[in-house]
Amino acid sequence: MIKVHLKIQRYNPEKDSKPYFKDYAVECEPTDRVLDALLAIKGTLDGSLTLRKSCGHGVCGSDGMRINGRNMLACKVLIKNVSQPIVVEPLKGFKIVKDLVVDMKQFFEKYVAVKPYLINQETSPEKERLQSQKQQERFEDTTKCILCACCTTACPSFWSDPNYAGPASIVQAHRFIFDSRDQGGEERLNLLNQKEGVWRCRTIFNCVEACPRDINITKAIGEIKKDLLFKKI
Amino acid sequence: MIKIHQFEAIVVGGGGAGLYAALALSQAKVQTAVLSKLYPTRSHTGAAQGGIGAALANKEEDRPEWHMFDTVKGSDYLADQDAVEILCKEAVTTVYELEHLGLPFNRTQDGRIDQRRFGGHTKEFGKGPVQRACFAADRTGHMILQTLYQQCIKNEVKFFDEFHVVDLIIEEQICRGVIAYSIETGELHIFHAKAVLFATGGSGRMFKITSNAHALTGDGMAIALRNKIPLEDMEFFQFHPTGIYKMGILLTEACRGEGGILRNKNGERFMERYAPNIKDLAPRDIVSRCIYLEVRDGRGIDGKDYVHLDLTHLGKEVIEKKLPDITDFVRTYMGLDPVKDLIPIQPTAHYSMGGIPTNVNAEVVWDEKNSVLKGFYAAGECACVSVHGGNRLGTNSLVDILVFGRRAGLSMAEYCKKTEFSPLPSNPQTKIQAQIEQFKSKSNGEKISTLRQELQETMMDLVGVFRTEAGLKKAQEKVRELKKRFQNISLSDKSQVFNSELLDALELGNLITLSLVTIASALAREESRGAHYREDYPKRNDQNWLKHTLATLSEIGVELKYKNVVIKNFQPQERKY
Repeated sequence: MIKVHLKIQRYNPEKDSKPYFKDYAVECEPTDRVLDALLAIKGTLDGSLTLRKSCGHGVCGSDGMRINGRNMLACKVLIKNVSQPIVVEPLKGFKIVKDLVVDMKQFFEKYVAVKPYLINQETSPEKERLQSQKQQERFEDTTKCILCACCTTACPSFWSDPNYAGPASIVQAHRFIFDSRDQGGEERLNLLNQKEGVWRCRTIFNCVEACPRDINITKAIGEIKKDLLFKKI
Repeated sequence: MIKIHQFEAIVVGGGGAGLYAALALSQAKVQTAVLSKLYPTRSHTGAAQGGIGAALANKEEDRPEWHMFDTVKGSDYLADQDAVEILCKEAVTTVYELEHLGLPFNRTQDGRIDQRRFGGHTKEFGKGPVQRACFAADRTGHMILQTLYQQCIKNEVKFFDEFHVVDLIIEEQICRGVIAYSIETGELHIFHAKAVLFATGGSGRMFKITSNAHALTGDGMAIALRNKIPLEDMEFFQFHPTGIYKMGILLTEACRGEGGILRNKNGERFMERYAPNIKDLAPRDIVSRCIYLEVRDGRGIDGKDYVHLDLTHLGKEVIEKKLPDITDFVRTYMGLDPVKDLIPIQPTAHYSMGGIPTNVNAEVVWDEKNSVLKGFYAAGECACVSVHGGNRLGTNSLVDILVFGRRAGLSMAEYCKKTEFSPLPSNPQTKIQAQIEQFKSKSNGEKISTLRQELQETMMDLVGVFRTEAGLKKAQEKVRELKKRFQNISLSDKSQVFNSELLDALELGNLITLSLVTIASALAREESRGAHYREDYPKRNDQNWLKHTLATLSEIGVELKYKNVVIKNFQPQERKY
């Protein structure tokens, strides 16, 4: 066990006029997750520390936050791999609800706006539709998205323009546009061809760096841009 | 003023079972709302990895009848065979439907859904392993959850995200709705409904080492118990053999389905000794026990309580293509590379076979005669149909949530169409409101985390893979003590907005309740069957114990009754692999 020092941004809307930082020190194993350290603080030092969490191993997307200035899932980074004091802040660009919890409503509204579901009017066959391995691999990368918002809230274009669709919703659109079974590609491309669509992306690659699922987001956005240019929609 | 909402159907829980039910309800034009204490895409269905079993026969000959036999044998003959028949037959149509809804399955060379081997799944009634698990890499659950959520969005299902359900409203044996706590505002809401579905998931957080998400605190099961509804077969809790050492994070059985091997400290493939026919692909209850036995006999690695999972012979391509997520977990959490390193694993608390008793239409049944409680439904891990009996086969949880989630939606739709709203009683929230106030008003009491840790350690040590009368009695005494101490906990967060500490308290209360029921059910069952292994009664005893436990909770404690198992084609026989 080692002593771990953290500096956590706190904010309780019922008491505080603005966010502030507070220092903590807890005993943890170096191989513990940052999430474990936060929960140790909540369990032993201050039960009011508020954060979202669920799966604890990087697949549910609940605990996206800024750790030492970078967006990460607190459950997917080990204490031994970050420098101390570990500075923990909520994701940037969303309204803070309390401490590390941000308001996700707008994020999910943008998700819904790109029609994130298979569109196919044909009658389904009795068994499965056929899809080649190559066709499946074409969009596999973007199926991995867990909607944690780490990419969108790491994007300078989103910080300067909150109306920008943002990388996460473009990833969702990509997942369907390049699925051979889908027929709604054109609708989605039209949506993304607007001012607040893919053209807001300045290929800064922050999203790629932030993605805990290692999705090549900038490449996905680029593929949509290319489709728009060459299909001339 | 308390807010009152009215929907024909309320679905509690946004995992696979809840979302499939909501989809079926919305397609039937029933006014539906889904209440989830998380955002639905955070649900634990998303953590399921290896596959969903269905006899599509895309890779080799396979039949639903073989799947049925495997499921019944895997259950140690405690599963109800009428339900198993539905499970295995509808698995096939359900997988096709998922594909039609857009699920990105891995494909075979000829473009069909790819399939692989999994524990306990065999051909020709046990002759050898069969490729039955349909999969999307090792994130099959993630893809199921995403696909169903997408379809619910398409069908404009109404979601109440981060609404934590705290009670059922039942009067005169008719369910009339639920009471929920809005996490963001701290307000109670009443949801008046004709039909309520609990699809609230499992309770793995009662154990110290678990693959389960923090959210899996058995809320729905505990609420049912408090409303005098029994829980069925709670003594059967599955430990998955391959959890990451100390952390419990799941490494899918597909690791062994793809050819992975378990090795003890001598490098020996020890499963050959215990299950000579299907070796490492024996069902989970058996493999978990074998790991404990190896450790007990001094063949754990470095004299510790773990063994190795060996994938090194599979090659980089199979590992990175077919098992990419678990490769990432091993690299991230252990700093090891499955391509060249052996992976330290230990059994991890994984799945509750027991739950709220239902019939095959997901209607909750409350007694030994299977009498239906009107308007109340359950599906998924929180329910007990029972298709898993004493031990669930890998992939069958995904089959269960989908087949019975969908059936729940369909039967609720039918019920809603022929039923009027039953009136709400006045102030049904009084009791829960008082409890919340009590939590908030106490100070200088005990900490939630202290009690939770003691509970999890007790359950892990004494109510885990191996059990004895003495151990269970000790656990019972300890959990009773924790129940008393729970009355004296205090919160440091007194606020209204996003009071997650209050949720922790409610969840801990649920875990304590469920632990008591689990222990009492396990203490009474003086035999070994499936995941319930009593060292003092090491044999299965069909004469006395081929029956389901029904446990209810009253002021005096846990009361146990029993009901018959439905046996059709498959007569109980010795379980050998």
